[in-house]
Amino acid sequence: MMQDIKKWAFGSLWLFILTIPFLGIINALYFLVSLIVLAILWFIYKPFEQNILDVQSKLLQLPMPSIRWSLYFVIAILVLILPFISDQYITNVATSAITYIVLALGLNIVVGFAGLLDLGYVAFYAVGAYSYALLSTKAGLSFWAVLPLSAIMAAIFGIILGFPTLRLRGDYLAIVTLGFGEMIRITLNNWDSVTGGPNGILNIKGPATLGLSFSQPHHYYYLIIIIGIFTIFAVNRLNNSRIGRAWVAIREDEIAAEAMGINIVKMKLLAFALGASFAGIAGGFFASKMKFVSPESFTFFESVIILCMVVLGGMGSIPGVILGAVVLIILPESLRGFQNYRMIIFGAAMVLIMLFRPQGFIGGVRRRLELHPEDEKILKQETESLYDVKQK
Amino acid sequence: MMLNKNNILLETKNITKTFGGIHAIEDVNLHINKGEINALIGPNGAGKTTLFNCITGFYPPTKGRIIFNGEDITGLKPHQIAETGMARTFQNIRLFAEMTVMENILIGSQCRYRMTLLGAILNDKRTKNEEREISRKALQYLRFTGLSKFANHLARNLSYGDQRRLELARALATEPKLLLLDEPAAGMNLNETKGLMELIKKIKDEEITILLIEHDMRMVMKIADTITVLDHGIKIAEGTPKEVQKNEKVIEAYIGRRRRTA
Amino acid sequence: MLLQQIINGLTIGSVYALIALGYTMVYGILQLINFAHGEIYMIGAYMGIIAITFFIYIGLPDISIALTLVLTFLAAIIFTGAYGITLERVAYRPLRNAPRLSILISAIGMSIVLQNYVMLAQGARDKIFPHELKIGGELIIADAHITYTQVLIMALSVLMMSGLTWFIKKTKVGMAMRATAQDRRMAGLLGINTDRIIVITFLIGSILAGAAGVMISMYYGIVNFYMGYTAGIKAFTAAVLGGIGNIPGAMLGGILLGLLEALGAGYISSEYKDVFAFAVLVLVLIFKPTGLLGERISDKV
Repeated sequence: MMQDIKKWAFGSLWLFILTIPFLGIINALYFLVSLIVLAILWFIYKPFEQNILDVQSKLLQLPMPSIRWSLYFVIAILVLILPFISDQYITNVATSAITYIVLALGLNIVVGFAGLLDLGYVAFYAVGAYSYALLSTKAGLSFWAVLPLSAIMAAIFGIILGFPTLRLRGDYLAIVTLGFGEMIRITLNNWDSVTGGPNGILNIKGPATLGLSFSQPHHYYYLIIIIGIFTIFAVNRLNNSRIGRAWVAIREDEIAAEAMGINIVKMKLLAFALGASFAGIAGGFFASKMKFVSPESFTFFESVIILCMVVLGGMGSIPGVILGAVVLIILPESLRGFQNYRMIIFGAAMVLIMLFRPQGFIGGVRRRLELHPEDEKILKQETESLYDVKQK
Repeated sequence: MMLNKNNILLETKNITKTFGGIHAIEDVNLHINKGEINALIGPNGAGKTTLFNCITGFYPPTKGRIIFNGEDITGLKPHQIAETGMARTFQNIRLFAEMTVMENILIGSQCRYRMTLLGAILNDKRTKNEEREISRKALQYLRFTGLSKFANHLARNLSYGDQRRLELARALATEPKLLLLDEPAAGMNLNETKGLMELIKKIKDEEITILLIEHDMRMVMKIADTITVLDHGIKIAEGTPKEVQKNEKVIEAYIGRRRRTA
Repeated sequence: MLLQQIINGLTIGSVYALIALGYTMVYGILQLINFAHGEIYMIGAYMGIIAITFFIYIGLPDISIALTLVLTFLAAIIFTGAYGITLERVAYRPLRNAPRLSILISAIGMSIVLQNYVMLAQGARDKIFPHELKIGGELIIADAHITYTQVLIMALSVLMMSGLTWFIKKTKVGMAMRATAQDRRMAGLLGINTDRIIVITFLIGSILAGAAGVMISMYYGIVNFYMGYTAGIKAFTAAVLGGIGNIPGAMLGGILLGLLEALGAGYISSEYKDVFAFAVLVLVLIFKPTGLLGERISDKV
């Protein structure tokens, strides 16, 4: 207790001194006061910490499949009827949140499954968006023809950019992907004759189908829901497949994976290509909804935010990544009331979440392998083994 | 020693590997007979692991050829070599630490099946059947190595001895003709070593040929059918344990060195 | 023209090198990309202007301009040093054993916090370096104009880099730093207080970045709250180019990147100068995957 008080007192004073030149003495004093208030709140919270942690861990486990499924069911219903129970603003935020779910799940293939740290993922989002914009305005193709083409274009870029990075490890890979992202953005910004430079491309056509042309926010909302469901479905299948296992094996130990007959080059390129193609789809959707694309939407900061969604939610876990994307879209929106303080709170929240849950919201919970019933029986019979030295 | 041409599974012809001008191994000719337990021994730095890495494709040899099962596999990539029916373990255990024991073995047993994107996403009947076969096989190797009860444990939570065993199980799951073990007993206690020896014999009974690097002489003498001795990257002897034990060069390489370091 | 571009390149390159050193030293010890390092540099630039404004207010430049500049540098590096070690204490130390990506996210979060903190505290508009303290005058060699500010930047950078090299090579703390970078656990077992070494590393890195910040604000004459971001990326690129974790590599990488940029901007296209810098980085890494001076970290099979 005494120790904690000392720590807080020293820390507050230290931060107070550090901020004086920037805030001026008066504002720094306000800051000091708020730190003291924070400290008092902390000491009120402290005695209950254990209880709160217990409740939290219970909530996070949500073990009963029935509870979990009913929870999913409720969420699904809410998602489906959202445009009818809310206004356009919320529908738009939700649309953007689901777009980011698609992006984050795509990046999760690269970072979460295959373990390749990609800091330039937004490049593929940009390729998708610009492919859509160009094909739709210059070639006059329809949404349904262009969207797959956007995905394919992005996948091709994924392979092109992935190829030279295959030999690189960890942080070298990170900086090269970052460089590629910047190169693509700068090119978009300067290649005026094709991309329109900083002004971007205007008047992009939206989708139309069966006589319905998409004009209302909720049209796009339902469209992105379909795309989102497809993405979740596909990524989930991949995760549970031989391919998904091979990716995780590469992430865990490349050398051993190679010795087990996994073609590292092929699998890494596949991860890049697939991850990119989801970004391409999201980009195509984005262009069609906004009717306008410009390089501003594809900055490094976007890559960073998408990466944060993946890590914050819990790398490799699909529900985790979804949750991460939703939180990182809703959080800044809900902080709009704080105006200028919004980004500072946002950044601080990122730090705090990592400090308290380094593995992410839903990280570290590994899916139990589902065995077939008869195998389960064999397993039980095998609890005692001839060759288990320990038992002797 | 029998040198029946038809009975040779693996043969290296004048394999040489140099690192920056230094010969790690030089002109090594190795003959591994089918169905035997072969041991590769030699003092530290003799080039045993380098030879392993050349055989399994991790190092491209500077010179020489590697013939496996009648095929020239020189220059193939490690994953291609794994497909030809060779599996290995590593000196310092290399498991997929954040995967479960079962998943580790699944990686091994899926080696014999094709991976297709469409199959993965559609999860069609064929894929499902194959998946079932894969997990059936994996379970078989879990049983075989006595790791069943750890199926759902994370690999990194296993004890040291069990981790070694898991690495072995994973290698076996690729259904190899030749199994290369790099110091499988390193760091094991007496009991664990004993269990391991029995396991190796049991693998031999499955008609899998074994090539192992080992320091534990007692173990080597007990289980190996043939022994190859390397020293300073050069093969100095080969033969049955008895022959090798009497070989002057071998005694010189081991005892001589020990005296010098003592 | 060529000489002029080289001089400009060397100037900006020395600044990149100073920032890159912070990245590379932290990386060497913690294998962490200290994402907020660019913000420390930005804070240094602001702190320089704040200090100068204060000194002008109390009339110090009337007594001695040189003293004012020295005190400005001192104030800037003291504060950036303090910000650097606070950053480590608050956002990195509690995560020492966490997954590496979690620390990266924490670093990104701190970067956002610091950027917005400075924006809120000092306003979103550019700050101008007080003209009273601009160093006028220039040398003219052939066709090239070398301002005294450029001379000062290059001289100070060389001085600091040699100082750092001496410190790392010769002092006890420097040796402990090298040991910790080699093998943190082992260094700990040998009785080195690795936590302290890490703090010192952050302190030194931040001091170098702070000095670089003051110098750049003198050079360009303006600062803004988002300047740390671009410079951070560039400096990190420089560190990787030289071989991350390698101190001479960071110096070489910084200078090289500055030269490439200046020459690329001068002879190819100024819009694409960043593309040029990254393209060279990619090319270097393709042929030398661990950077120019980086060690070969082949996986031990």
